[in-house]
Amino acid sequence: MRNYKNVIAAYSIMIFLIILVGIFQSWSIALTILNYCLISAVMTIGANIQWGYAGLINFGIMGYTALGGLAVVLVSVEPVKKAWQVGGLNILACIWIIVAIIFVVKFILNRFDKSKLRNYTVASVILGGIILLRVTAAPGIEAIESVDPARTGFLGGMGLPVLFSWIVGALLAGSLAFVIGKIALGLRADYLAIATLLIAEIIVSIIKHEEWLARGVKNVIGLKRPAPYEIDLQTSEWFINLVTKFNSSKLNLINSISDKQEALNQMVIDASSVYVKLCFTGLFLTVVIILLIVTQKALYSPWGRKMRAIRDNEEAASAMGKNIVKEHLLIFILGSAIVGLAGAMMVTNDGLFTPGSYRPMRYTFVIWVMVIVGGTGNNFGAILGGFVVWFLWVEAAPIALFLINLFTSHLPETNAMRVHLIESAPYFRFLVIGIGLLLIMRYRPQGIIPEKIIKQ
Amino acid sequence: MDFLNAIIVLFNFTVIPALAYGSQLALGAIFVTLIYAVLRFANFATGDMMSFGTMFAVILTYYFQSLGFGLGVLPTALLTIPFAILMMILYMLIIDKFVFSYYRIKKSPPVQFAMVSVGVMFVTQALIRIIIGPSDRRFLDGEKFIIKATEFKEMTGLAEGITLKSTQAITIIVTLIVVSIMFWFLNRTKTGTSMRAYSDNEDLALLSGIDPKRVVLITWVIAGILATIGGVLYGLDKSYRPFVYFNNMLPIFAAAIVGGIGNPFGAFLGGYVIAFAEIFVTYAYKRFISYLLPEHLEPDSLLQLLSTDYKFAVSFSILVIVLLIRPSGIFKGKVI
Repeated sequence: MRNYKNVIAAYSIMIFLIILVGIFQSWSIALTILNYCLISAVMTIGANIQWGYAGLINFGIMGYTALGGLAVVLVSVEPVKKAWQVGGLNILACIWIIVAIIFVVKFILNRFDKSKLRNYTVASVILGGIILLRVTAAPGIEAIESVDPARTGFLGGMGLPVLFSWIVGALLAGSLAFVIGKIALGLRADYLAIATLLIAEIIVSIIKHEEWLARGVKNVIGLKRPAPYEIDLQTSEWFINLVTKFNSSKLNLINSISDKQEALNQMVIDASSVYVKLCFTGLFLTVVIILLIVTQKALYSPWGRKMRAIRDNEEAASAMGKNIVKEHLLIFILGSAIVGLAGAMMVTNDGLFTPGSYRPMRYTFVIWVMVIVGGTGNNFGAILGGFVVWFLWVEAAPIALFLINLFTSHLPETNAMRVHLIESAPYFRFLVIGIGLLLIMRYRPQGIIPEKIIKQ
Repeated sequence: MDFLNAIIVLFNFTVIPALAYGSQLALGAIFVTLIYAVLRFANFATGDMMSFGTMFAVILTYYFQSLGFGLGVLPTALLTIPFAILMMILYMLIIDKFVFSYYRIKKSPPVQFAMVSVGVMFVTQALIRIIIGPSDRRFLDGEKFIIKATEFKEMTGLAEGITLKSTQAITIIVTLIVVSIMFWFLNRTKTGTSMRAYSDNEDLALLSGIDPKRVVLITWVIAGILATIGGVLYGLDKSYRPFVYFNNMLPIFAAAIVGGIGNPFGAFLGGYVIAFAEIFVTYAYKRFISYLLPEHLEPDSLLQLLSTDYKFAVSFSILVIVLLIRPSGIFKGKVI
């Protein structure tokens, strides 16, 4: 039990910090942070499976996150019937053309020996295919994008419940990982990092610019929610009663009836937003706990031991008859699918899909910092990393602002240095994260909660 | 005549911009490749280091402008480059001393180096934003154009003109000078040879009495020169914006790998390969074709292979193709 002491201590400190935010800022902010911490935790579990279990460096996390987000739009939004009527046929034809290209290329690659002629044929098939695609798609895309462009202008989704999209997001990300893994997994570690980073960038730019798919940079807003809406809560009887019950002591202090009503209204508004966020917290917590149990079981199963063996010594594992390429591909798919799930959860939480916001800084590098800081190869560590780093990422700016004000309080309000520092307070988050990462890498490279190998 | 017009259209809208952009990428790619060859890691702080050097040039340009210094028709920024390079080298050496040297002595795996460079990236980005802020800055002064389209049309009597911005000419000329000096240094001088020896085989180089500290120092000095000049030239040509510099890291990586990572000449050409591919694939050929074909055959569409939104995606796709077909790059770099 002694081994778990530092884990429990670290998590208690984290919960305590979030409660502090609740007391000093507001409970709504604290719950927002907690929800994002939980989403980050799912992402870090995914990244940790790849990096901690198998030693694969995947800088393409942004791409899978975006794809997970896209899944929410494709699944939960109501289909735009008119767009399907005017351009659906072209898009379907395009899908068939892509499938045909893939099959033809595969056929050529399998059937003929390696030669210059084969390479040129493959290249010309792909090039011809792209031109054919553009010719087929162009009128359809134009027609779709002109269907009520201010509100729709895209094909819409399938109109299914939003929770279903979490699974679809994971599946989409997993199948993308299959393709990328086939291309890139043979590369040396740092090449793999660069290749995945660039491929993720390609995916995001496709999502950003193909407006018929998910409105691109015009964003999709008002997505479905698996939780009640604030406005419904505020008008429902049982919720108002609940709020009154909770705050009865405070309300009893107010004498005049109109003041009392006003205070109650304010409380109901505050409580409704907290309630909605609590619903999300519950959902996310369930996901995190399920994932934690599954990954923890996997880590200490024969399969987990095999993965660690491959990570620590590929040649030896290969000599023992383990298929390294296959195992790497499998773990790459699993980890990416979990990241895709996190991407879907995040978009569901926000209620909007903004492809323009997917940037490698926030969605790849910060996640990596989380894994490294928390503890590679240890799921509890990775989740803690998600909590700690996200907390710092959000709270660094207010803390920096507080410190700047403290240290420059002797200077006049208009002092140029002080004004400049206060303006640049938001950027201290990069400094905190960067220095934190460097310090951890130097003095505790195994992370806050290091990997623990149980001898069986 | 129509044929000449067609050539000029192509030259004006693709070749000149691609040469300028390619030069900027080439400088960055050589920077990446040198660090990779000598210090043996993929530097994820590349874009931000270039941005850091440029930041000094921008600040000094504003300072010199306020003092009234200038170069007349040439941009003041050229005057500030030497000072910016000094500051940049100083920053790089500090980073190396406090961050990278520890892992070099420990002989850490390249992945760990890459993660450390991510930490450096965060810190550098924070410093840039705290010092100069994230906004868009233009610091170009002096003459803007060498040849204007209207002047060219009057001179030659053609229907199409060529525009040559002074920044484009400066970029191409400065790049050629810097790169030739660097290749001369690497191939002809004793220090350069010792650097290449260290890059090829560290143990043998140590055995033959090469001082590793000196090699590392000189690598950072060259890296500082390349990063600052590349960054300033890009900033002069477009504008200085920290976020854009971070993004530029990606095509720069693509250029370095396409050229064969660890091979400076490959990186140099890789920069142009990426730039030309990006611009040729996303250029709309309608005007070019309409000069060549008779009037009744004129195309309706823009004749664009991919929209300009996919500029970056093109370079990344080339990288993927190169990794698939010839992982060591076009000009044989280190084998993966």
